Order: sequence, then C-alpha cells, then structure tokens
Amino acid sequence: MQVSTASAQTSPAGPEPLLKVREIDKHFGPVQALYHADLDLFAGKVTALCGDNGAGKSVLTKCIAGVLSPDHGEIFFESHPVHIRSTRDASRLGIETVYQDLALCDNLDIVQNMFLGRERLRNELLDEDSMEREAAKTLATLRVTTVRSIRQPVASLSGGQRQSVAIAKAVLWNSKLVIMDEPTAALGVVQTRMVLDLVKRLRDRGVAVMVISHNLNDVFEVADRIAVLYLGRMVVQDDASNFDRQSVVEYMTTGGLGLSGVRRSRTN
Amino acid sequence: MSDAAEPTELVAPAEEAADLTAAVEAVDAEVPPAIVAQSLAGYMRAWVLRIRAGESGVLPVIVALVAIAVYFEARSPVFLSPGNLVNLFQQSAIFMVLAMAATYALVLGEIDLSIGYVGACGAAITVQLVQPVTTKWPWWAAIVAGLAFCFVFGAIQGTLITRLRLPSFIVTLAGFLIANGIMLWILLRGPFSGYPNLTGIDNNQIVLYKLMWGTLDPTVSWVVMALVVVALGLYIFIGDWRRRRSGLVAPPTSLTLIKIGLIAVVGVVVVWICDQNRAALGTLEGVPWVMLIVLGVLGVWTVLFQRTRYGRYIYAIGGNPEAARRAGINVALVRTVAFALCSATAGIGMLLFASYLGGMSNNVPGGQYVLYAVAAAVIGGTSLFGGRGKPLHGVLGGLVIGGIYNGMYLLGYDVEPQFIVTGLVLLAAVTIDSLSRRGSAGGGVTRV
Repeated sequence: MQVSTASAQTSPAGPEPLLKVREIDKHFGPVQALYHADLDLFAGKVTALCGDNGAGKSVLTKCIAGVLSPDHGEIFFESHPVHIRSTRDASRLGIETVYQDLALCDNLDIVQNMFLGRERLRNELLDEDSMEREAAKTLATLRVTTVRSIRQPVASLSGGQRQSVAIAKAVLWNSKLVIMDEPTAALGVVQTRMVLDLVKRLRDRGVAVMVISHNLNDVFEVADRIAVLYLGRMVVQDDASNFDRQSVVEYMTTGGLGLSGVRRSRTN
Repeated sequence: MSDAAEPTELVAPAEEAADLTAAVEAVDAEVPPAIVAQSLAGYMRAWVLRIRAGESGVLPVIVALVAIAVYFEARSPVFLSPGNLVNLFQQSAIFMVLAMAATYALVLGEIDLSIGYVGACGAAITVQLVQPVTTKWPWWAAIVAGLAFCFVFGAIQGTLITRLRLPSFIVTLAGFLIANGIMLWILLRGPFSGYPNLTGIDNNQIVLYKLMWGTLDPTVSWVVMALVVVALGLYIFIGDWRRRRSGLVAPPTSLTLIKIGLIAVVGVVVVWICDQNRAALGTLEGVPWVMLIVLGVLGVWTVLFQRTRYGRYIYAIGGNPEAARRAGINVALVRTVAFALCSATAGIGMLLFASYLGGMSNNVPGGQYVLYAVAAAVIGGTSLFGGRGKPLHGVLGGLVIGGIYNGMYLLGYDVEPQFIVTGLVLLAAVTIDSLSRRGSAGGGVTRV
C-alpha cells in the first residue's frame, strides 16, 4: 500500500491543520488496528471519517480523544506535539467527543447534563442560575430551540434533541475540535436534518468537526473533507468535492485499488 | 398545554419550531410543573396533567398519610391525640433516619442491607463509652466515636463494592452478619452483661436519653419554629426572586408565597400539637428534641444531595455510571463515600433507637429495620432502580410506616398483621415505582 505514505505528505500551501495525526500505529495483540495512519483536521471544516466496519475509525477516534494511546506516531495540535493520555487531557486542549451512546444521564435535566463534571459553584454550592443561563445561551446560539424547557429531564427528549444536547454539551467548553461518532444513527429524517444543521453551525463558528459516519447521504450533505480508512490505513483524504459516492464506496471497500493513481495519491 | 406558558429563554423562531415540536405535547406531562408554568393557573394545570400521567411526586404518600390518619382515627379515637401523634413521630423518627441512610445506596442503584446492625454497633459503642462506671466519655465524644465506627465500616463495604466490583447485596449481607456479631461482642464488654443503659443519674447518659425523650420549653418551641420557617421562607423567596430578576423561568410570586405559607402552617400546627400537655400526670409539653434532630439530618442531607457537586454526582452515577465516568467524575470515590455516609446516617438512626429504648439491648431488630428503612424510602418516592430519590422521601415514608405500626398497635393487633400490612404497602410502593419507570419513555423520569 503505497497510498498511505503518499497521503502523509501535506501540501505546503494552505492553512495549517488544527490537528495533525502522523503515522499512528495501534495494535491489540496480533491485530493491527491502525497502521501508519494520518489525519488532518482543519478549523471551520467538517471532516467525515469513513470506512467499513473494522477499518479502525473508532480506534483512531479514541486515540485523538485520549481514550487509547497510540503505540507509535505523533499527534500535533495547533502545530505543537501533544500527548493525549486521558479524556481530561483532550478536554484541556479543547477536544470534545460526542459518543454514539450519547453519555447523558436520563434522570438529570439538560442543564445538569451539560455541566456534568464541571459544575459551577457559588459559596461551595451549585450555582444553578448561572449554569442555566449559560446553557440557555449556548443552546440559543446553536439554535437548539425545540426543547420545551432546559430544566426538562433528558429522558423526556427525542433522539434528535438528545443528540443536540450532547453536541451542545461539547460546545459549551469553547472546544476547538468536536468529534462525533455516528451522530445521525437511529434518527428519523427530521431529527437527522436538525443534527446536520447543527453540525454546519458548529463549522460556521470556526470549530473543527470530525464526523464518523456510515451514511453517505449525511457525509455528502455536511462534509467539507472526506477521509477514508481501509484496514487500519488512511487511504485518502481530500476535499469532498473531489469525491462522488462511487469513489468513496470504492475506497471504503477496496482501499481504492480500482481507482486511478492520480486520485489515490492526491491530498488536500 | 401550549397556552400554559412558553419558557422565555428558548422561544423558537416559528419556522424552525413548526416541524420539530410534534412530540412536545406528549412530553409535557413529564416536565415538572415548576418549569413550564409562569402563572399560578398554569402551574396548577401542569400539575394536574402530571398527576394524570403518573408523575405525582410526593402526592401518593401524602394521600396515604391522610388515609392512615382517617382510618385509624375512626377506629381508635386516641390516634390523633397530641400525645399519640408525638409518640408516633418518635417511633417513626428511627425509620425516617434509617430511610435517609438507605437513600444514599438506593439513589446509586445499590442496596445496603447492613444499616440496621452497623448503626446498632455505633449506638452500642456510644452507649458503652458513656457508662459512668467504666469509660465515662463525654456524650459528644462517644457519639463521634460511634458514628466514626459506622463511617469506617461503611467505607470498607464501599471499597469492597467499588474496587473489587462485588455486588452490594452480598457485601452488605455479609456486613449485616459481621456487624451483628460485633455489636453483641461490644455489648458483652461492659458491666451490664449485654444491657448497658442510659437511664442513670449521670448527666452524660441523660443527654443521650434526651435525644429521644427530651423536649424544648413550649415558648422556646415557638421561637425555634419561627426561626426555621423564616429561614426556609427567606431561602425560597430569595432563590425564586433571584431567578425572576435574572430572567430565568421562575414560579410566580403568588406560588412562592403559597409555598412559604404552607410551610408556616405546618410549623404552627406541629408546634401547637407538641405544646399540648400530653402527660397523664404532671406536665409533658413542647417540641421533642428528636424532631429537631430529624429536621437537621433532613436539612443537611438535602443540601448535600441537591445543592452540592457531590450530590449531583450521586444522581449522575445512579442515572448512568458510564456517562458519569466520561464526565471525569471519580465514580469509585463517590460511591465509596456514599456507602460510608449511608452507614454513618444509620448510626444516627440507631442512636435514636438506643435513646428510645433507654439503653442498648442485644436484641436489636436490625434485619426488620433495614426492610422498614428501604420500604420507607421507596414508599416516599425514592426509586429502587437508582437515580431518583431525596432524603425527604425517607421522612414521609417513615411517617407512613410509623403510622401503620402505631395504629395497628393501638388497635391491639399483634406483630404478625403489622408485618403483613407493612409488606403489602412496600409491595404497592415498589409496583408504583416500577410501573412509572416503565411508563415513561426513556425509563425513569426524574423527581430529583
């Protein structure tokens, strides 16, 4: 696979990526989950990370989110080499992950969920009013307006609303990079629309967004850039306009063997 | 319900709201009325809607209390006499405090079966330490020692449960037996071969005896009540006022005043009842100390549960431990401390038991009390499935259990039907809990 090394070279021109992953390896026992994988994520762009099951999407995501640490390779954040050893480290850098299972507490309300683990205090007691105002402001700027009240328990929200809360929770902390794992899985048409609009609004705010998705409709709807993993290797990263459905599927299922050499080596 | 009121901070632009609000009507009933209503009428309407949807908060337990009062008063005219009501409260106080202890484990989605005997160990230690013929510790030091034992015992159980991932049911079942053994062993240390008492003339002992039996002077009772009501009223009023001022959704002023008024009425009625002379001979009047002790435990634990980070984390872990972990919460530490606080609270409860008994006995119904405590918490509205419950539920549920216990005793029933009726009430409470959980879409709408 020459392809993966080819894609490692970023073009000298153009803006510096917010996050650069270089030649990351990760193996679990005999299984090589990632092999010299590269990834560039840019501020103000939505990057879709595609790949078939077992291609290494989750592992790569977890390496960035601080859940796993890579065996080899480097990660640069704002051009500085970083070691992300925990989700706390990631948060400190401004990297937030919205997990597929959302990680919300059903019994807590929207405000309580958004501030979970980082509650504001006044005189050692919870400052509910200040948290409520801040949460309302964040939801309003993201135009998450369909919830009846932000003091409503998360259990009473629809799937799309829950996803919106999870995303708003990530945004609340002035994050620079938001990673979303299958944000539209299990959502209806209207709900999907709502979440995709939210993703675009994040991008417009200058946040770097990485979306992991199987759904090519969604990918072409929101992605500015597309990166495809195939068997642990990053086979292509490019502007979304340089792909069509056929070529993405081709990269996902064969690693791009059937495509022309020019296309395969192109980056940025 | 759309006419009730719109929350001000999240009013949707019309075109955005149009296609996405379809589900709103369905969830209305699950939203606490306080957060959707801006007017008194709106609040009442939202409240009725919630009750119809099965989200009734503490209403069932209030209804149960009224039913108990009516039934037993009809059959035994002394039931609602001041003397019996105060007595009922004293009996219930033990269940109330134990139920507040159980709340720690229940909100985490765990169970602590050991509270009866762990608390009894603490009480035995306290009672032994103040004995004038042996150690002669001052009463406060003895209480601290007893509660410290409970705290450590609970912390050890919590550590086993969280670090070794053993089920709390088994760990605390073992703790139940171990604590029972330790308690018997402690009781044999003293000079009274198993029955150290608190009824001597020693001042230290008398303080402990008075925890349950001491009363405030009637005038002092009024003053204390007034202070408590004013403090609570100011807290509620200023809280609501601050929300209103900063543009957050807040209950209307009329509702705030009604709430404060109700608190004041309850305070006046309670003190009036307690200030009646309830002795057959001589004088016995005034608010019993134990009422203030229960109120104190309730107040402190309510603040901890509702207003601190630690309390928030308990709810979060009870709702979704994985989410709590990902939020950076030290889940193991929070759970361990919760088991320790559970045991320490049980220590307070069983200290009241020792005071009620006027000493300590080797015949403590520790197993029965655990069941009563869990029953009281669940009857009050705390969920067995975790994530939902408050100390106040334990107090209300404890009153229900105490009421049944006291009423059946007055009617001359033996212990057998008491057990059966209490068991049936517990079953009913768990059924309601389970059904309301299944009824709500995402599983378990909060009453936090």
